[in-house]
Amino acid sequence: MTEKTPETRDAKLVCRHLWKLFGARGAEVLAALGPDPAPERLIAAGVVPAVRDVSLSVEAGEIFVIMGLSGSGKSTLVRLMSRLVEPTSGEVLFNGQNLLAASEAEMTMIRRHKMGMVFQHFALLPHLTVLDNVAFPLDVQGAPRAEREARARQMIELVGLGGREGAFPRQLSGGQQQRVGIARSLAVEPELWFLDEPFSALDPLIRREMQDEFIRLQSVLQKTIVFITHDFDEAIRLADRIAIMKDGAIVQEGTPEEIVLSPADDYVRAFSGAVPKAKVVRVASAMRAAEGEEPTAEVAGTLTVAEAAPLFLNGTERLRVTDGQGATLGHLHRADILDLMLGG
Amino acid sequence: METAALPARPVLPRWSGWAVALLAFLLLWKFGAGLVPWAFDYPRGWTVPAARWITGFTKWLLNEATFGLFTFAEFTRFIAAVIDFPYRIALSLLSTGFLKGEGSAAVQITPPLSWVAVIVVFALIGLRAGGWRLAALAAACLGFIAVFGQWQSAMVTLASILVAVPLGVLGGGALGILAWRSPAFERAIRPVLDLMQTIPVFAYLVPILFLFGFGPTAAVVATLIYAMPPMTRITHLALARVPGELTDLGRMVGCSRRQMLWRVMVPASMPALMVGVNQVIMLSLNMVIIASMIGAGGLGFDVLAALRRLDFGAGLEAGLAIVALAVALDRLSQAFAVSKAGAIPTGNIVERHPYLASALATILIAGLVGLVLPAVQSYPKAAELSTGRFWSDVVAWINVNFFDAIEAVKNAILLNLLVPFKRFLLGLPWLGVAGLLGYAGWRLGGWRLAALVAVLAGLIAATGQWEKAMITVYLCGISVMFAMLIGVPIGILAAERERLWTVVRAVIDTLQTLPSFVYLMPAVMLFRVGDFTAMIAVVAYSVAPAIRYTVLGLQGVDPRLLEAGRAMGCTPRQILWRIKLKLAAPEILLGLNQTVMFALSMLVITALVGTRDLGQEVYIALTKADPGRGLVAGLAVAFIAIITDRLIHAGARAARTRLGLGEGAA
Repeated sequence: MTEKTPETRDAKLVCRHLWKLFGARGAEVLAALGPDPAPERLIAAGVVPAVRDVSLSVEAGEIFVIMGLSGSGKSTLVRLMSRLVEPTSGEVLFNGQNLLAASEAEMTMIRRHKMGMVFQHFALLPHLTVLDNVAFPLDVQGAPRAEREARARQMIELVGLGGREGAFPRQLSGGQQQRVGIARSLAVEPELWFLDEPFSALDPLIRREMQDEFIRLQSVLQKTIVFITHDFDEAIRLADRIAIMKDGAIVQEGTPEEIVLSPADDYVRAFSGAVPKAKVVRVASAMRAAEGEEPTAEVAGTLTVAEAAPLFLNGTERLRVTDGQGATLGHLHRADILDLMLGG
Repeated sequence: METAALPARPVLPRWSGWAVALLAFLLLWKFGAGLVPWAFDYPRGWTVPAARWITGFTKWLLNEATFGLFTFAEFTRFIAAVIDFPYRIALSLLSTGFLKGEGSAAVQITPPLSWVAVIVVFALIGLRAGGWRLAALAAACLGFIAVFGQWQSAMVTLASILVAVPLGVLGGGALGILAWRSPAFERAIRPVLDLMQTIPVFAYLVPILFLFGFGPTAAVVATLIYAMPPMTRITHLALARVPGELTDLGRMVGCSRRQMLWRVMVPASMPALMVGVNQVIMLSLNMVIIASMIGAGGLGFDVLAALRRLDFGAGLEAGLAIVALAVALDRLSQAFAVSKAGAIPTGNIVERHPYLASALATILIAGLVGLVLPAVQSYPKAAELSTGRFWSDVVAWINVNFFDAIEAVKNAILLNLLVPFKRFLLGLPWLGVAGLLGYAGWRLGGWRLAALVAVLAGLIAATGQWEKAMITVYLCGISVMFAMLIGVPIGILAAERERLWTVVRAVIDTLQTLPSFVYLMPAVMLFRVGDFTAMIAVVAYSVAPAIRYTVLGLQGVDPRLLEAGRAMGCTPRQILWRIKLKLAAPEILLGLNQTVMFALSMLVITALVGTRDLGQEVYIALTKADPGRGLVAGLAVAFIAIITDRLIHAGARAARTRLGLGEGAA
């Protein structure tokens, strides 16, 4: 919780006071009702508030997860960010450029070259092969066949579908179809990667596998990612930072650790309470200052407590916590770990 | 606090409004004749001369109307040319061969495609779309046509279908795309489409005759008007139903408007669009006979001529040839709708297009061989079969041996049912009927529906057609009643028996591909002309939707409810009456609606066997080439159709809401 303003030097995408009201006269109603009208008053005025006064900032290279239940406005929010849905008011800054001021032609160029999107139900074109589906965004841009197919083959290889280039979407399993969707969204080498509930339509086991795959991909690609999900565990697992949405507004924003350790309200607590703290809390947050004799065994501060716990199995009382360079940050005590794990 | 003391207001039962309305109607009917005679017989002086106006308007269009740059007559000539050019090519290819010179001086440069080549091409298309079985079916259908000596006529018909279908698909598709792009356009054309689909075809034959003259071009125009609306509807619906994610995808990858339409929307909705193509083909074939009244020639003309001569056998054979053509084209287009693109072939041009290459090769070889062997070029006369005489003999035999029995049945039904019902309807005051319909509209769908229904009914009276309209209603009503009495029980039986349903479905599918005229012929043979004959033909034609919708409705009932019924110990009879039929009622109502629509469209055709209703009026107008009279009568039929359709739909909607809400309370 070091920064309060949604802007920093490295911000890739910034939303400021973003509103979306569905209904014929959304903008008028919003202007008439003042800066922060209650949802009831909006509904009474005949508009449906989908996104209410959202401000957030997505840093370059991070995975920013927007988590919310159905109807919370998260899918609308991600579409506001690429102006697939026109915001009622507010600002969207992409690389510092205000997207709402961009012309339709500029927007088309930005979407073509700088953004990629993965869809919940894959949105594959049924009449095209895997290869043509992945090459589609490049084809739309008018890239020559040889070039776009070479690029598409690379992407198909990257997502582990090599050999299925000639298959049609209907011949693939759900997990494979979404791999095609991912490959397609990466074909244009986007700077900003939107994933709209990419794994929600998959079976739990496949979902887990795809999450691992996603983590692997991101470790290679280092994209800036906006990831939408309704699954709190998925959010905790993948996110660098999470924004939790309810009724169109963000109720809490922070790292997974912050959200689990200090939920902002009962709504967030209802999700975070079920998550074992040990799986979220990092060693660096659970350690104490180094004092007394230096322990021999060491542990990286970025691990979660659950990951570090097995190191105590041999009866050790304390571990030396190190940063990336091996310098000592503090000491991790067996008793603290036990309290944390037993306390849930 | 004040409200608490109010006593419960007596709630009128739901039927009390109906009781009042019916009572008012009865009073008007019984005692109004002396007081308000104009409520019974629409006064001549008040009649709107719509027929004269329309005739005048058509003449004005033809002789004086101009768009500034060009006149209306030039415009119609342009459309005629657009249709005529491809039609000439198709006809030359299939029937006449390419000619040089005009009329009798014409010299054939190349012969038309040989019958062998056409059959092979059809088989190849079948092979490409659906495999060997489809290829065999397509070849068999065409072979049937050749063997029964219908080849020449069938090729003339096929030529006009080959022109009408692409134009209908392109035109209908373009309108559908426009409707999808612009909601305002969609709102504007929807009523036009409604009208195009409900107005009987006969009614616009006359204006078309005026504008385009007698001949195949006019026939294609009429076919287009009839066959295009479903394509427009289906295109619009298919595009609107493309998942939102795909449109999002299109915008996300930066598609232009054109790329969006042609690269995303149209391919994604291809299966649905192919259903539209199939519809256009089938409706074009439905029009074959009617279109021959304004010069289409071909099989339709043969059927019509046979009907006029009362030559049952010849008519049946030509009719069956239309069916064979319809079955072949229907199955081929359906197979294309579900066929999946396979791996993309590679190699030289022949290897990449094996079907096209073999088709061209066959055409060439058959053409060359045909120069030497005439039997390859045109099917040898000596090998033709005809069963026409046999069928005529069968009919004659039935007439000789069972004349009295048939006559007795016919007269009994006529005297005891048809005539009294007709008298009853003709005695009703038009004002009362319009009012009662309006009240039904208000109860079922609010004041808009009430206004629509009452105004349309009033318009029928105002154009001086009330009496003829009532005869239409009477024939239609009786026929629909019989169709439902036959169709619903069959549907109930078939819904629970998988094997029976397979058989019944095959039968009604075939019945629906038969051109409506085919129904008329056996009825005329057995019962001669008159209302009874018309009724038999209409019932036979309109029983199919009654069966189909009943089965769909019953099979659509939630199986969990049936399980619950069984768990509560319902007998099968109780399950049928208290669960299934109750829940299927909205669907069966829609079936009733379709039955009425089918009956109305058939009724117009039965004018050929001497009914005295609006259909006859249209038919007379056609023979007298009076566009106004025909259109006004045709519109009256359309109004009856629209009134029925809107009321039944509103009723079905109300029933569904009631079933959804009132399960527990009732």
